[in-house]
Amino acid sequence: MNITIDHLLAGISVGGQYALIAIGYTMVYGILRLINFAHGDVFMASGLIVVYLTTAMPLQYAIPLVLFLTVMLGFFIERAAYKPLRQAPRMSVMISAIGVSYLIQNLALYITGGLPQTYPAIPWISDSITIFGAVTKRVTIITPILTIILIVLLVALIRYTKIGMAMRAVSKDFETAQLMGIKINRVISTTFVIGSLLAAVGSLLYFTSYQSVVPTSGSMPGLKAFVAAVFGGIGSIPGAVIGAFIIGICENLIKSSTEFAIFSDAFTFALLIFVLCVRPTGLFGEKSIDKV
Amino acid sequence: MKTKSKAIFKTIDIVLLLAVLGVAIAVDAFMPVGLPATVLKKGAVFAVVAVSMNLLNGFTGLFSLGQAGFMLLGAYTYAIFSIPLEARESVYYMQDHLAGFLHVAELPVIPAMIAAGLIAAVFAFLIGLPVLRLKSDYLAIATLGFAEIVGAFAKWDTLGPITNAPNPLVNYPKFSKVTTYFIVAGVCIAIIALLVRSTYGRAFKAIRDDEIAAEAMGINLAKHKMISFVTSSFFAGVGGAMLAMFQSKAQANSFTTALTYEILLIVVIGGIGSLSGSVIASFLYIACSEWWLRFLDTPDVIPGLTRNGFRLVVFSAVIMIIVLFFRRGLMGDKEFSTERLVKGSKQLVRNLQDKRKAKEAK
Repeated sequence: MNITIDHLLAGISVGGQYALIAIGYTMVYGILRLINFAHGDVFMASGLIVVYLTTAMPLQYAIPLVLFLTVMLGFFIERAAYKPLRQAPRMSVMISAIGVSYLIQNLALYITGGLPQTYPAIPWISDSITIFGAVTKRVTIITPILTIILIVLLVALIRYTKIGMAMRAVSKDFETAQLMGIKINRVISTTFVIGSLLAAVGSLLYFTSYQSVVPTSGSMPGLKAFVAAVFGGIGSIPGAVIGAFIIGICENLIKSSTEFAIFSDAFTFALLIFVLCVRPTGLFGEKSIDKV
Repeated sequence: MKTKSKAIFKTIDIVLLLAVLGVAIAVDAFMPVGLPATVLKKGAVFAVVAVSMNLLNGFTGLFSLGQAGFMLLGAYTYAIFSIPLEARESVYYMQDHLAGFLHVAELPVIPAMIAAGLIAAVFAFLIGLPVLRLKSDYLAIATLGFAEIVGAFAKWDTLGPITNAPNPLVNYPKFSKVTTYFIVAGVCIAIIALLVRSTYGRAFKAIRDDEIAAEAMGINLAKHKMISFVTSSFFAGVGGAMLAMFQSKAQANSFTTALTYEILLIVVIGGIGSLSGSVIASFLYIACSEWWLRFLDTPDVIPGLTRNGFRLVVFSAVIMIIVLFFRRGLMGDKEFSTERLVKGSKQLVRNLQDKRKAKEAK
């Protein structure tokens, strides 16, 4: 019984972390129609930055600096690798994204020398606590709460501010928005900034429960978060969050069975193929109509 | 006159092809072990896979990232059917629980390779039925997911009696000569090239350029997409079998998404839509990563900068430069031919002369 609660708690926690990454995917896809393959690697890079910063300075300075550096990384990637290709076919932009992902992973491999880096324990949130008889870290409880708070803030930002309105306009119709005087580049940069910020928060929470960072540790969570975004309906923030929680919980329940544990990753993709075939727009996606 | 020069150029092309084969034979004769032989073998394997991916991505416009999955299917099929019967007990870790057919089914090398392709093609057909309806990036992510699922099944304990679960399959027959790799790769690439030049190939290109227009012209979209997908997967399977031979073990861990990305980058470097570009790029890429740029990984070349992993950083930076600034790659969507080379260089010389004249006139 305890095992199930354990896995359920872990699932909710992982789901929250996926949700924070998934928002970055879904917002970028909503605006640029691009699967930002590098997003998972930004998430991993954020983890590595924490590892290196905490050796140099105390945690209370390191954490804000990490958030800032991750945001700069996301911003810079967009400016360097996606902006020059704005008029190019979509396939080129996607290949560029794969290239960036490859570059970040190789850079991380070079810097770390291929050794797993031990993630520092963040006091208070990595303390152990007991809930319903299951021992877990405090981060497990904090993650879903923090996720929901951040998402409420984000939805408010999108709904009630000027930049939020611009974002909605751009994702509805890129060209018309441009003609109406919206500064496209600023909107896109803001999207990447928000996405990277949430990924950085997600990375703080995620690696606290996993304890070590390797260059490829971003790709799987990244892909899963993307699947969550598709599952919930790409472009829809609540959809991405619900999708992420469902995937996180299912994955951890599968992990609890020894026979099928190996399919915990594969399950996500099977779900993806199923969703794409049955309801390509996801749970909450808008119906898109192709015109000639 | 024109047909005559065409014929001459064609002869030169054929001579060049024979020269490539001659290089392979020479390497076999004089340096059977060592870096050049390794590079040529691996290059030939990657050429097959890159060309098969180009058929899909470059000629049909279907952005698929499932290559590693089909290669894995091919590699495992080849290994399972070609390990000699008497060696099987020593390869599998669950000797007593070998699946029944493994005690009887053994295939010679070439039929086993064809079986590898066929199994990959059958799976491609099954997965293609639902996913080929998807549009560009959704197709990419669905095929990527398919590759991950295949990888998980290969590692599943319950299938252990067939796949040896997470353990490698070894001791199957391998090509030892560069020439054999070249001939097999050449046959595969030639078949794809013929397909691309046939009416099917023209239909593929029509679909790539404009799906709706192609459909309006009477091209059966579903059928042609499926043909392209299945053919591409067939050759990815054969390529997987060849890669298994090259690595002398078949294990799910070596067929990851990273492999797909590597092949995709080769296709991009060579030029999306150019078969000869993919072939040239595979050899260049493998030569650089296995041989010419190895020195970047040794610590004392530039102290403090070059060490393990630096080669890959340089590599990925170069790839980003190609993606951002030379989007057409080495060959664009043109094919290599001596005629084009000669004409191109003549044009280049003429342009330079014109420029110089213009300068002198000033």
